[in-house]
Amino acid sequence: MGHNIKMHTKGLDFFYGDFQALENISIEFIENRVTALIGPSGCGKSTYLRCLNRMNDLIPGIRVNGLAMLEQEDIYESSVDVVSLRRRVGMVFQKPNPFPKTIFENIAYGLRVNGLKDKAKITTIVEKSLKQAAIWDEVKERLNESALGLSGGQQQRLCIARALAVDPEVLLMDEPASALDPIATQKIEELISFLSSQLTIIIVTHNMQQAARVSDKTAFFYMGKLIEMNDTDTLFTRPELKQTEDYITGRFG
Amino acid sequence: MKNRRKTVQKIWFLLLRLAALLNGAALLLIVYFILSRGFTAISWEFLTKAPENSMTEGGILPCIAGTIGLCLVTIMAALPIGIASAIYLNEYSGKGKIVRIIRLGINNLAGVPSIVFGLFGLAFFCIVLDMGVSLAAGGLTLAIMTLPVIIGASEEALKTVPDTYREASLAMGATQWQTIRKIVLPAAFPGILTGSILGISRAAGETAPIMYTGAVFFTPNLPDSIFDEVMALPYHIYVLATAGTNIEATRHLQYGTALVLIVLVFGMNLTAIILRSKMRKKLRI
Repeated sequence: MGHNIKMHTKGLDFFYGDFQALENISIEFIENRVTALIGPSGCGKSTYLRCLNRMNDLIPGIRVNGLAMLEQEDIYESSVDVVSLRRRVGMVFQKPNPFPKTIFENIAYGLRVNGLKDKAKITTIVEKSLKQAAIWDEVKERLNESALGLSGGQQQRLCIARALAVDPEVLLMDEPASALDPIATQKIEELISFLSSQLTIIIVTHNMQQAARVSDKTAFFYMGKLIEMNDTDTLFTRPELKQTEDYITGRFG
Repeated sequence: MKNRRKTVQKIWFLLLRLAALLNGAALLLIVYFILSRGFTAISWEFLTKAPENSMTEGGILPCIAGTIGLCLVTIMAALPIGIASAIYLNEYSGKGKIVRIIRLGINNLAGVPSIVFGLFGLAFFCIVLDMGVSLAAGGLTLAIMTLPVIIGASEEALKTVPDTYREASLAMGATQWQTIRKIVLPAAFPGILTGSILGISRAAGETAPIMYTGAVFFTPNLPDSIFDEVMALPYHIYVLATAGTNIEATRHLQYGTALVLIVLVFGMNLTAIILRSKMRKKLRI
């Protein structure tokens, strides 16, 4: 089994106006693996994640240097269609954010905006996505009810299903369980492990145990820099740098 | 010491409550005043007939029709332009120099006295665009006056739509327009509608903007084209109370007309509230 590089950045710098939030970040993300980004608040890990689907473009006054590649394509090239990039690189946010629509429409939305009109096909994909996100059994009887009536954990799995519906190649997850209780968190983690055989996942998390449980690779960020990156097992058991060890053992952060 | 602080608090609390009560009292007083004096004028005939005998008898149907017609023209002109402007300003524009100038313009438009709108409408719509005194000219004048209110209400409503909705939509490959059209607007629509109806109900009661542009002293006919001149409720009250043939003898007609106008405006506001709560329910459940 080959270790294809699905995405990578090389010497990526990121600026909010004059403030440099990321400095010289080079990471390779292996296809169909989970990579966790950890580090204290404000270390730049979420900013970095949002560089990978150009979500940061929404903020005025930002600037990016260096290379960010999806397979062979430079995603900051001026010829790149941001809309189709975001279709290929999906995202799940920190707080569950279902649309104020029915459960069915939440999933169907992504298909419709991407041009799918065939109703039977939409129904099929909605069901498939909900099953993929392990929430089908809980919602199949109430597809036409508002998504806002679901619990927080269910809403977040719905959001994952929504992201999966448009068949992304990479899924970015920005602290997807930080607003959830332990049981809902466990379900999300099981889901991540399950999904990792189908697509490349990059997850930002504050929870070190979570990173250790769900990821294959872990990258430790501090003050806008990549301090250390390694196989998750190695990084958590035998970190090379003192700084990494201090953070993962809870001595700071 | 402790007691004194409590007393001070009590006094202030009482004053604040009185200030708030004053609003309700003012409204009740106006309604009671108009109702008690205008009620006797209200009859089926009053609502369905044109004025007769030099406007000392008969009804006010042309005024009711005229005011409703003016409102419709206002809605059709101001709603699309106002909502479109609000979407541009809130969703697309950023914060450049031109945008600042546009905003300054809108804010100042809101401060222009209504009589100035009336004179502008006369000069521009009636004369330059050759619409004459008509429903169209009057409605468009009211529309310009109402635009800042609609833009303001729509922008407020758009701001209440969480950015997380926009992000989620963009993150699955929707364009910005798709996001606005299918996610942002539906979520903001109840607020946009309510604010807009409140603005238009305000315009329905205006006299100054229409007295040169759309409303006339007397016409027994109902409008059958937007280029017809019309009677209108607020202007009719003004005319009867200041320039009628027999001001004292038509007092009850003046109050009756005022009552009809108030009911019309309250009706619109009530519609706005009902529509909003219905749509909010539909969004949530």
